[in-house]
Amino acid sequence: MRLPLPVLVLASIAVLFFALPLAGLVWRAPWSHAWEYLTDDATVTALRLSLICSLWATVLSVVFGVPLAWVLARVEFRGRSVVRALCTLSMVLPPVVGGVALFFALGRRGIVGQYLDQWFGIRLPFSTAGVVVAQTFVAMPFLVITVEAALRQLDLRFDDASRTLGASRWYTFRRVTLPAIRPALAAGAVLAWARALGEFGATITFAGNFPGTTQTLPLQVYLSLETNPEQAIVLALLLIAISFAVLVGLRDRWFGRGVSPGEVA
Amino acid sequence: MSLSAVIGLQLGTLTLDVDLEVRAGEVLALLGPNGAGKSTTLRCLAGLAPVDTGRIVVDDVVLDDPSADVFVEPEHRSVGVVFQSYLLFERMTVLENVAYGLRARRVPKAEARRRAGDWLERVGLGGYADQRAGALSGGQAQRAALARALATDPRVLLLDEPLAALDAGTRGTVRRDLRGHLETFDGMCVMVTHDPVDAYALADRVAILDGGRVVQVGTLAEVTAHPRSRYVADLVGVNLVSGTVADGVLTTPSGARVVIADAPPGPSFAVIRPHSIALVREVVATSARNTWPGTIAGVDRLGDRVRVTVDGALPLVAEITVAALDALGLRPGDEVHASVKATDIEVYAA
Repeated sequence: MRLPLPVLVLASIAVLFFALPLAGLVWRAPWSHAWEYLTDDATVTALRLSLICSLWATVLSVVFGVPLAWVLARVEFRGRSVVRALCTLSMVLPPVVGGVALFFALGRRGIVGQYLDQWFGIRLPFSTAGVVVAQTFVAMPFLVITVEAALRQLDLRFDDASRTLGASRWYTFRRVTLPAIRPALAAGAVLAWARALGEFGATITFAGNFPGTTQTLPLQVYLSLETNPEQAIVLALLLIAISFAVLVGLRDRWFGRGVSPGEVA
Repeated sequence: MSLSAVIGLQLGTLTLDVDLEVRAGEVLALLGPNGAGKSTTLRCLAGLAPVDTGRIVVDDVVLDDPSADVFVEPEHRSVGVVFQSYLLFERMTVLENVAYGLRARRVPKAEARRRAGDWLERVGLGGYADQRAGALSGGQAQRAALARALATDPRVLLLDEPLAALDAGTRGTVRRDLRGHLETFDGMCVMVTHDPVDAYALADRVAILDGGRVVQVGTLAEVTAHPRSRYVADLVGVNLVSGTVADGVLTTPSGARVVIADAPPGPSFAVIRPHSIALVREVVATSARNTWPGTIAGVDRLGDRVRVTVDGALPLVAEITVAALDALGLRPGDEVHASVKATDIEVYAA
């Protein structure tokens, strides 16, 4: 097929639009000092905090997100689309708005937060746990929609076959459903993790910006832009490299292919 | 020891109203066209669809009775199912598939694998234990599905169109092997099919379903000889003759000879449609290669046609018009000759 010229031109401009900012960073990056910036104490602390919090957020997303996806995919109830919209709202919400909302829900004077404080002495805002909550809030929808799509594609007759063989619903889920959605579950978990790792708005609003407890890598990028732009560039490139690796690794798993019928057993 | 089911269920436009009895060791075929409610009946028996009204009892244990608020979940019923498309778990090996039901019932792994292995030997898949189930051919998948269903020693075996997905070549051998397994199965078996040949080869009795209702129950010979409606006559009212083919002739165990158009030698079934049989009082010169003498045992009128039962070395049912019956003046007890062209006879390997 011959490529139509106008399409080619417009598409090339679009690619450049995405590639240029990256090129800008690479061009301005202080390569000779890169290693110093990456290994200074503040960065290592922020990176470690980022990794720990984002992995916890991923675990929580899987633990709560898979049952949620199962309910959305399998259980017919009134208002299901409303519940689905509610649970994926944070994907399109400005993260700062999410952070403010979390504050009024789980903050010390929030509708739930005041009781967490009074009864259990748990104060989420401005704590590392608060970072995990904020990251889970924005990351879980990515897992939910990915897993729900995979569950919808499964042939329920295999569940029937399993049950006639004496398997409980849980045994069926473990041995039939889970292996079939494993690729989607992995893709959803990685996306959720990448989203949690890059989380900024909800984190800074809800958890604040305290080095060692709530200052994650994206927060440090933002701060060092004021104090040390060169370091900001290096940290930004680090985050870009991680995200890029995730997207390249997922490839077509995320972009439309999902679970192929041959994989559904 | 028996299965008895009274099933009332409204599903979309289908109203199911079915009453079945199956004794231990017996195979009942549910015969009927698509949408008659055959598969839905099996789903009710398996517990995959609860009945709206009625009662399902296996060996004096009530499995489903809405009026008494009893419903036993499928995983707690002693029922094995061979699904129409087999539904093997494709990611697992063949052995894991067959061991699945035992593992689900908490049989220790080693013992489950040993028993599953025994079953694979019995269905002739001993060499395929470690293959992916998705890699099996149609006939092998059918055997694996049967082994999987039987491995848990169910009291009730349900077969949904067990041969429909197979091509003509493997169908004959799989059907013969299936018959062997059904003969040794001592529970109650219900098989769904739309093919009278399968019912003839595998079932002790047939129940004809139409529009969600059982319109007739009996042995296939009874139903063939005395179909209660035009519909049943068209569906199953064929003459099925078993015997051995050699040199273009099928010989029955009682010694009757049926000349057929070319068919491979060996044990076979011949299907002779009642409307392709002509009845004559005297033997005449004809192009039909088969002419069998007999005595009229019965005359059943169905609309403008009659089904005439002819007794003899080869018992047959012929279907002729009322006008032809009147013209020949045939009555029970009369001697007649039944003739049929070799090319009108369909032959299947048994």
